[in-house]
Amino acid sequence: MAVVVPPHPAQHDGHVMTQTHAEVTRDVVSTLAPASRGYVLLLLSAVGMFLVGLLTFLMLVKDGLGHAGYQPPIFWSVYITTFVFWVGIGHAGTLISAILFLFRSPWRTAVYRSTEVMTVFAVMTAGLFPIIHLGRNWVFYWLLPYPNQRFLWPNFKSPLLWDVFAIGTYLTVSTTFLVFGLVPDVAAVRDKASGWRRSVYSMAAVGWQGTDNQWRHYSRAYLYLAALATPLVLSVHSVVSWDFAMSIVPGWHGTIFAPYFVAGAIYSGIGMVLTLIIPLRRALKIEHMMIPEYHFDNLAKLTLLTGSILFYAYAMEYFVAWYSGNPFEQTTFFRRAFGSYWWAGWTMIICNALVSQLLWFRKIRTNLTSLFIISIFINIGMWFERFVIIVSSLSNDYIPWAWDQLNPTWADWGILAGSFGWFSMWFLLFAKNFPIVAIQEIKEMIPMPRKRGGQH
Amino acid sequence: MARLRRTRQVPGLLASFVHVDAATDAIRALRAKGFRNLVVYTPAPNHEIEEALDQSVSPVRLFTLIGGLTGCAAGFGMTLWMSYDWPVLAGGKPIGSVPPYVVIAFELTILLGALSTVAAVALFSVLMGKRGIAYDPRYSDDQIGIFVPTTSDQIRSIEQLLRSAGAVEVRHEAA
Repeated sequence: MAVVVPPHPAQHDGHVMTQTHAEVTRDVVSTLAPASRGYVLLLLSAVGMFLVGLLTFLMLVKDGLGHAGYQPPIFWSVYITTFVFWVGIGHAGTLISAILFLFRSPWRTAVYRSTEVMTVFAVMTAGLFPIIHLGRNWVFYWLLPYPNQRFLWPNFKSPLLWDVFAIGTYLTVSTTFLVFGLVPDVAAVRDKASGWRRSVYSMAAVGWQGTDNQWRHYSRAYLYLAALATPLVLSVHSVVSWDFAMSIVPGWHGTIFAPYFVAGAIYSGIGMVLTLIIPLRRALKIEHMMIPEYHFDNLAKLTLLTGSILFYAYAMEYFVAWYSGNPFEQTTFFRRAFGSYWWAGWTMIICNALVSQLLWFRKIRTNLTSLFIISIFINIGMWFERFVIIVSSLSNDYIPWAWDQLNPTWADWGILAGSFGWFSMWFLLFAKNFPIVAIQEIKEMIPMPRKRGGQH
Repeated sequence: MARLRRTRQVPGLLASFVHVDAATDAIRALRAKGFRNLVVYTPAPNHEIEEALDQSVSPVRLFTLIGGLTGCAAGFGMTLWMSYDWPVLAGGKPIGSVPPYVVIAFELTILLGALSTVAAVALFSVLMGKRGIAYDPRYSDDQIGIFVPTTSDQIRSIEQLLRSAGAVEVRHEAA
């Protein structure tokens, strides 16, 4: 029986499909050309920021978490905020690489590799934060269920343990998905490379030759990986949201949290995608592969959709707080807008709910300058969203006598800066050493030449 | 890779094509003549080639299913067994409470399903793949390659067949 995996609907869009297979290989391989001075400077500054974080971390290990602004009643603050921020960033990558693959959206092809790379490195960054936050980092493996001398097992009823499994699975599966998609492209780079680079790419390509048998298993497996990654991405941020929603802190204990967090995650992730690929396409001279009227327009529409879901979720949180008649919920939400963290609360509402509404206008969606500016607002807004949820709820819970403010210290900002350095360092290293645009998936969409002419 | 492992080269003909319909013509003609063990190289998966080769379904899906079911069973089995192995009452919930364990079982379903899928591809495509078959770097760029394993008595007629189908180059590969 002949099995035909449904092909991607070839996008015969005049300005997208102007390339031949050879041109795709040439253009993507040329992004791996020797680094410019600007790249080296960027990489050095990323490494520098990472070193700031590393130094801060060493101080925390040496002296303890007292350096960070932890004081009663706020024991979850900047680190947990940044953890949720980075996990959220990852979600857009899996949405674009897996969910849009299942939906057969042709525009995802040109941008999915860069977003998937962003996912892996963002989750890698996020994974550091629970460990930093533990205090006694060196016993982090106590979280895992392994036979031990104490005859103890972890408490699987705790959402924090669900997190271990969710984040661990997400990191493993998204890395697998990235590496799996990368193998045929590395093989294409291998066949263009020479010298020691050829040997390195040969090893990385694990003997890939693109035979009919290899593609037969590969295409099937890619479909199943996408089908597995789709529920995974929705589950991961739901589990992260349950870290909060399962507790009875006012402002956290809501059933809306899972969908609200997933939409927010995708929104923040696409914001970061835009921040990364708008400069990237120019730096790597692949402007003709990612065009404003098509790829960026669609990315902006996704931003608008998820931003509007967030807008609804914010409104619904306030509505439910009022409608519940629960004075603790009502006070928490009143103080979010008019309490001591009013500035953070309004930053979140303006940057996320309101700024995203500008994307109703096509002129704004297809203008890269405006999109880039909006993406910066999204990044700031989504960090503040998590800050507001975590810190403002903790700072005023049930006993007014215990209310207090958070005073972030150099240790909080050092680790935050370090996380951006760590992420950027990996992203920059990847972009210069591996194909940042999926060679074979783009080729799959370009019809091969025919001796009898015409299209299939 | 082939050279590193000192695999013996398979003798045959390696034909390169620029046009996809020329390649499918050649595949159909060769299969009509009884050649079933062709190796076809393409820069990307191509459904016309798949149709011409009349491929069967990849067995990878079975591995995905087995991996997923194993993960699900392992998730519930591990959490329930560990709960009863050292029973601690937490949050007033039953010792083995299934609803929170769904999260663990779900994550392990995905994890083992994905890992076994990739392991299956590595097994079928790389470890069990045919060795010593001639290859050309152009096949990862923009050309289609067809390797016909054959011996000297038929070689002329097959070369003729490949060229008349539209091969831009036919190479003789000795053992």
